Amino acid sequence: MAAGTVSTKRVHPVRSFLVGDEPMPPALWGIIFFIFSEIMFFSGLIAAMLALHADTLHWEPTNGGHRVHGDELRPILFTVMLVSTSVPMQIAAFAIRKGNRRLMLWMMGIVLVIGTAFIINQGFEWGEAMFGISDGTYAASFYTLTGFHGAHVIGGLVFILAQFVRGLLGHFDAKRNTAVEAATLYWHFVGFVWLLVIFPLVFFLS
Amino acid sequence: MATLAGAQTTGYAGVAAWRTILEWLTTVDHKKIGIMYLWAAGAFGLVGMAFSLVLRTELMETGTVISAEAYNSLFTMHGSVMIFLFLLPIGAAFMNYSMPLQIGALDMAFPRINALSFWIFLFGGVLLAMSFAVEGGTASAGWTAYPPITLDSGANAEKPGSGMDMWLIGVILLGQASIFGSVNFLVTIFKMRAPGMTMWRMPLFTWTTMVTGLLILLSTPVLAAALVMGFIDRNGAGGAFFEPSQGGQPLLWQNLFWFYSHPAVYIMILPAMGIVSDIFGVFTRRPIFGYRSMVLALIAIGLLGFIVWAHHMFTTGGVFLPFFMGATFLIAVPTGVKMFNWITTMWRGSNVFPTAMLFSVGFLMLFLIGGITGVFHAAVPVDFALHDTYFVVGHFHYTMSIAATFGFLAGCYYWFPKMFGKFMNEGLGKLHFWLLFVGVNLIFFTQLLLGLDGMPRRINDYVANPGWELMNTIATIGAFVSAAGMMVFFFNVFYSLKYGERASDDPWEGTTLEWATSSPPPPHNFDSLPEIRSERPLFDLRFGERLADDEHYHGHAPSNGGSSSKAGG
Repeated sequence: MAAGTVSTKRVHPVRSFLVGDEPMPPALWGIIFFIFSEIMFFSGLIAAMLALHADTLHWEPTNGGHRVHGDELRPILFTVMLVSTSVPMQIAAFAIRKGNRRLMLWMMGIVLVIGTAFIINQGFEWGEAMFGISDGTYAASFYTLTGFHGAHVIGGLVFILAQFVRGLLGHFDAKRNTAVEAATLYWHFVGFVWLLVIFPLVFFLS
Repeated sequence: MATLAGAQTTGYAGVAAWRTILEWLTTVDHKKIGIMYLWAAGAFGLVGMAFSLVLRTELMETGTVISAEAYNSLFTMHGSVMIFLFLLPIGAAFMNYSMPLQIGALDMAFPRINALSFWIFLFGGVLLAMSFAVEGGTASAGWTAYPPITLDSGANAEKPGSGMDMWLIGVILLGQASIFGSVNFLVTIFKMRAPGMTMWRMPLFTWTTMVTGLLILLSTPVLAAALVMGFIDRNGAGGAFFEPSQGGQPLLWQNLFWFYSHPAVYIMILPAMGIVSDIFGVFTRRPIFGYRSMVLALIAIGLLGFIVWAHHMFTTGGVFLPFFMGATFLIAVPTGVKMFNWITTMWRGSNVFPTAMLFSVGFLMLFLIGGITGVFHAAVPVDFALHDTYFVVGHFHYTMSIAATFGFLAGCYYWFPKMFGKFMNEGLGKLHFWLLFVGVNLIFFTQLLLGLDGMPRRINDYVANPGWELMNTIATIGAFVSAAGMMVFFFNVFYSLKYGERASDDPWEGTTLEWATSSPPPPHNFDSLPEIRSERPLFDLRFGERLADDEHYHGHAPSNGGSSSKAGG
């Protein structure tokens, strides 16, 4: 299409926001399908948690230990931190669509730092929890869900780190940025699932 | 094979052999990966069949030949191997080999992930097989692995050994391979189609690959969730998920397990249906009747497949019976549409019956019996009476095991010339068909009758009720007849690879794109593609000019019929 003419092909605004106006390359389709399968995996775990919660007798930790550590401020803080990293990650994707590699690297750096802080905090939470994995159905659900989510956060961070290093090496420009878009979509998924995992576990069901 | 010949030109035979082996170990070519899936699935299928022969020998008469523990272990591994290591991967084999060729793609969308899928699958299979060597033996709770007997907590302390853990991890790996594979299939179908190959022009096998891919993508992760919870239950959580005394819920496992495993039976049967549909479209010398209704029926089966899982759990008392009964009955409708379309395709067709077509017709007959007995089960009162009897065993073997196997064997005979450039021997093929067809009916029809008579499944011995011994003996004879048939098949494969009659590029006068390239195809699949103006591009190529004058053909005449040259030849 000649420069200056307006594209007659309408692109859905959500699609345009998430992956830009270019035709999606196979790799982006692939990551989207893969994210659907991941959503089904967490659906299975979360469904199990909800079903087990129906049996209130066995739900509370059997050793009398209460929830993670009593105060709700810390999980709220880290939840907000993790979910809000979707913003810099998306800004990174916007930046590279315009060819701004420098801004992309800064934004990815922010995501990497906050994501790592989240994982470290998660390690402390496990260490401070007043129950073990064998102390009832709440405890088992807690460790299983936060554990698998944590593994996915680490996976997402490795994914982003790889693109960060590639960016440092001079990869990516306005045309070639599929891996950044894919990492961004995956990171949105990791944050979204945390909302589904942490809110029932910490605020409603404990 | 072209690849072998290519490697052998490079000096010493030993070097050439190593090069060939290295080439196959590192290949990312969808055709080679498909063929490796085929060999692996065939080998595992042979193992699963050997297990079934031991089981049938045990059941031939009252009294025991092997211990109850060995029987439990063998029927568990028979089911697991046949489902996870034979039926699912052999479907993947054909989806890998044929689907990219059918849509005119150069390869899968992600060739390296495709290779990764295969090797994960093989590793998972080896892990399952190795569980025979560990203390306590293999998993022995059936392929459904219902807790709490799979747990080593509570009342079952120290019962199942680490074989159960290996089973859980092995199946997680196999599921992961499936998921990677399904992503690959879906993206390939959505993004890699040749110009002109619109969705409504895709061959039916490609459509089944797409629907199967969606089923795998959305159901397998749920099984993975159940499996990891089972693993955590056995190794730390102490039964919090599935052990009732610890607050766990055995029904939770059943729900999650069947949320995968009911779609999984469609994952096994749908590719077979696709193969059979393509074969009918060739050997009846007619276009498949109701192409669009076939696709819509396929999609309907896929959608309904997600809301019927609890019909496996009618007798647990934990599911809403009317809904799942109604939904299950509904599945008979699209299945019936497909059945009638196949029959109508044959109706007044110029049918020819090479072995591939024989197996397709055999598929129809076996699937009919399986489908009708399935409708019996969908009715809750009947299911209450027949649950856990041999009627169930007969039913599911008729559908997802034997009918699917017939579809896949049809695919073997149909695509063998494309894969290796040689025909399979027709005489041996017909012997194989008749031995297998008679054999499996001897096994499974008697099992239906035994089930109606109330014989319970999964028990290693039975009382000498009138008729039971006779029927079981007939079933065992049937098993050995079937095994003999399969031996003929395996002999035929090796015989035909060496001495088979050379096949042309399009030996069956096929209608779909895989016949537009050489046999076997070059690594890049196509040198050039014919124009694609319908779901039968090769038919257009062959008869296009004649049909250009025929205004009745598809309602419109192609403007420049048959102008493109035939590819690859």
